[in-house]
Amino acid sequence: MSGVRVLVGTRKGAFVMTSDEKRERWDVSGPHFAGWEIYHLKGSPAEPNRLYASQSSGWFGQVIQRSDDGGTTWEPVGNQFAYDGTPGTHLWYDGTPHPWEFARVWHLEPSLADPDTVYAGVEDAALFRSTDGGQSWRELPALREHDSGPSWQPGAGGMCLHTIILDPSNPERIFIAISSAGAFRSDDSGVTWRPINRGLTSKEIPNPTAEVGHCVHHVAMNPSRPNVLFMQKHWDVMRSDDAGESWQEISGNLPTDFGFAIDVHAHEPETVYVVPVKSDSEHFVPDGKLRVYRSRTGGNEWEALTKGLPQKDCYVNVLRDAMAVDSLDSCGIYFGTSGGQVYASADAGDSWAPIVRDLPPVLSVEVQTLK
Amino acid sequence: MIRVILPQNLRKLAQVEGEVKVDVVGQVTQRSILDSLEATYPMLRGTMRDHVTQQRRPLVRFFACEQDLSHEPPDDPLPDAVVRGVEPFIILGAMAGG
Repeated sequence: MSGVRVLVGTRKGAFVMTSDEKRERWDVSGPHFAGWEIYHLKGSPAEPNRLYASQSSGWFGQVIQRSDDGGTTWEPVGNQFAYDGTPGTHLWYDGTPHPWEFARVWHLEPSLADPDTVYAGVEDAALFRSTDGGQSWRELPALREHDSGPSWQPGAGGMCLHTIILDPSNPERIFIAISSAGAFRSDDSGVTWRPINRGLTSKEIPNPTAEVGHCVHHVAMNPSRPNVLFMQKHWDVMRSDDAGESWQEISGNLPTDFGFAIDVHAHEPETVYVVPVKSDSEHFVPDGKLRVYRSRTGGNEWEALTKGLPQKDCYVNVLRDAMAVDSLDSCGIYFGTSGGQVYASADAGDSWAPIVRDLPPVLSVEVQTLK
Repeated sequence: MIRVILPQNLRKLAQVEGEVKVDVVGQVTQRSILDSLEATYPMLRGTMRDHVTQQRRPLVRFFACEQDLSHEPPDDPLPDAVVRGVEPFIILGAMAGG
């Protein structure tokens, strides 16, 4: 029997939510790691019961947890993230050089083929990999050592590597994105990297079309078309049809093109979802209405999805890693809010219902399709 | 045996309840207590002090005998009451907001 497992990271713990393929009734377990910030959890595509979680705290630092039974029990694994060599400096908020300092793991991306291999995107921005199930971590230093590295500057949330996409058609190709450096691609398993930001325009940086410096918020891909990428930038929703070589704006008729989350329908690679947010100074949905916008045309033409979502007095945000899609026949869409609600749609966004309403602020949402 | 009180978050991480007791070889100092704690509970490595520099994490505090010892050198001997197990060595998170 098919079903789904939704993995939710919050400011004060993790929650695991399971349902059958109808996605109407939910079992909720948690909080796991109560009191800790859980920036991200994700399951291995190769072994769905293998989960990884990033557990962190301003007091007690970083912990990585691993589960081998789908989130019922967890085991702390390795938590030492040491930059390779002498890490040098990047730019601080005031424009002065600042040493690279590890703060936390923002995103965990398990290998598509090997449950013991997992990538970690960290703040200050760097990419690490474990090949022993999270027990030990080694940096892939070429990214941080890119010629542009000393000029990278943190965004308001820190200089985080928040997006890691593994190309299912090319095991050596990795896409990543950093706030506020931009998107980068490696075609040799992380040995070398180059920025892929041509076509992005950011008025917030001195040269709006610079090769690096863009505040990319999130990037999404449909695995069936790995050369097509969709991006939610600080402002602007973008797409690339050539694996990031060039980007075109597809904001179209969105009420605002600021936002964080973006994802692609599991079976319709031209169907894209975003949650517009009012502005960079007002991180909540516009007009007090929580609306997911869907484009069935690969961008530019967007429709508001509102059925089941609050349309009055709602002022929540949806963060960059807090939207996910399942791959059941009727594609499910999930997102979590800064107000602690996790919404699910079992009909590709036509209608929505809350799974839970009162969690701590949601940092991330991932979903596993269990068959 | 040295009595140690961990903060709740670390008790949960180490899967212990109440005080823990650790053996310390040689002089009883902040460093030797943390060394022993980390050897007994490896999941605590990196949570109280930095993996590499071994410096106390900024929002971790060490109290004993109603004194804040956080800023004392890590190799200084601890009070005799801690050494004799009369008083616990208390590790806690600083009061720094919610």
